[in-house]
Amino acid sequence: MRSPILPLLAIALTTGTAAAAFAYTAGWLSPDRLTPARIVDALSQRGGEPTGHRRNHAKGICVTGEFEANGAAARLTTAPMLAPGRYPVTGRFAIATGNPAAPDATGRVRSMALRITAPGGQEWRTGMNNSPVFVVADPQAFYELTLAARPDPATGRPDPAAMPRFVANHPEAAPFLQWARTAPWTASYAGLRYYALNAFRLVDAAGTRHPVRWSMEPVDPAATAPLAAPSDLAPDALAQDLTQRLAQAPLRWRLVITLAAPTDPTNDATKAWPEDRERIDAGTLTLRAAQDEATGPCRDINYDPLILPAGIEASDDPLLPARSAAYINSFDRRIAETARAERRP
Amino acid sequence: MTARFTLPQRTLHWLMAAMILAMLFIGAGMVTTVAPRYTLLVSIHKPLGIAILLLVLLRAALRLRHGAPSLPADLPWPMRAAAHASHLLLYALMLAMPLIGWSMLSAGGYPIALAPWLHLPPLLPPDPTLYTILRTAHRWLAYLFFATILAHLAAALFHALVRRDGVFASMATGAMKS
Repeated sequence: MRSPILPLLAIALTTGTAAAAFAYTAGWLSPDRLTPARIVDALSQRGGEPTGHRRNHAKGICVTGEFEANGAAARLTTAPMLAPGRYPVTGRFAIATGNPAAPDATGRVRSMALRITAPGGQEWRTGMNNSPVFVVADPQAFYELTLAARPDPATGRPDPAAMPRFVANHPEAAPFLQWARTAPWTASYAGLRYYALNAFRLVDAAGTRHPVRWSMEPVDPAATAPLAAPSDLAPDALAQDLTQRLAQAPLRWRLVITLAAPTDPTNDATKAWPEDRERIDAGTLTLRAAQDEATGPCRDINYDPLILPAGIEASDDPLLPARSAAYINSFDRRIAETARAERRP
Repeated sequence: MTARFTLPQRTLHWLMAAMILAMLFIGAGMVTTVAPRYTLLVSIHKPLGIAILLLVLLRAALRLRHGAPSLPADLPWPMRAAAHASHLLLYALMLAMPLIGWSMLSAGGYPIALAPWLHLPPLLPPDPTLYTILRTAHRWLAYLFFATILAHLAAALFHALVRRDGVFASMATGAMKS
């Protein structure tokens, strides 16, 4: 009988190689890989108690209403909710913070997230900010920015040298920073324009792809006067204002779809497209009621920007896969925390 | 030379082996990357999982109809028991993992899109507790699945290279000396 040593070695080598390949794929051999978990870890360490909450845009309020499409975009896309008709909306307004108890004056960026549902189960989820451009163009820079802005546990404040260093190394942040310095502060989620910062592609019935960005433009932008200073904003003013306004009357926005020219970047959310691009008014968003997030219908919705209907596709923007992956990681954590809290008597 | 599995059984075994290994690597990769390949990996993971679910039903039917060649009479009983238990576990995981994935997305309130134009109905209503249980199970059962496949592979090679008892040949598609 032959010695079994060589065959046994071959078996060990084969299974060991397979196990190592799996470990590599799962990231266990590459602690430096930028994973969704690392981004969400960093977002979770910005002060406050984020347990049970979204790890970014942690402080928000639910809204419900409907989107009425006028059909003007139907020549560009087969998306069912852009064909003429009315489609239910479950949305959320929030400030970009890691702390669900943050005062509203600490949220420079405000957001509107929407889930628009068509008959048959197709959904369009989109998260939009009130800045016309995003601060960075790729996930690595977003991670570095999060670290630079993160408070040091020892002092409770960020390293004073970190942000200037980040800004010096990331000139692409300049248009956003210019907006952050100069855009007026208001005391309302209403009256603001919200931009889907990333580019997408509309796909028409013939299969032709049209690169676009979309935004929600307030129908009544004069609804809110600018504040003299951010400190004039009471800690929970935004949710109170929204609840009061919706108790009086619905709030409306127009969905504006902007078509890219061939030279416009679709992979760089830090760069605005020129103002003269073709714009399509695709319909009207009407929000009718607000609900506390803790018991509201938006609480357990992941506004993953890659949940798209047929007829809308992601572009080559590297932020989109990173957003989707990180949102799911954040969702998994907070839903587990919510479930744990609900099991407790 | 012992009896072989039927050709449809052998074909399905190797086809599903490739699909399941791809599935496990895609799953492990897609939850640990923020790179552009993430989108592609997710778009493969869901329809591939449903394809595995359909094929395992076919495979179980073939197994019930045609059975399997008996193991060598001289195989020690612990190895025999391990073979039967691991095969049962593999069938259970092939069936359970796609169903858990589908249920998990349902409980998370996600649309279940196999393709932009092809949606499956939810199996469960949105529920944080169910989502968390299923999400956790999907992850740990995937690790168990991969570990069981490694054990299955090691055992198959042990039959082929050390015992040379025809067990490997009964599933191999080419000619195999025993």
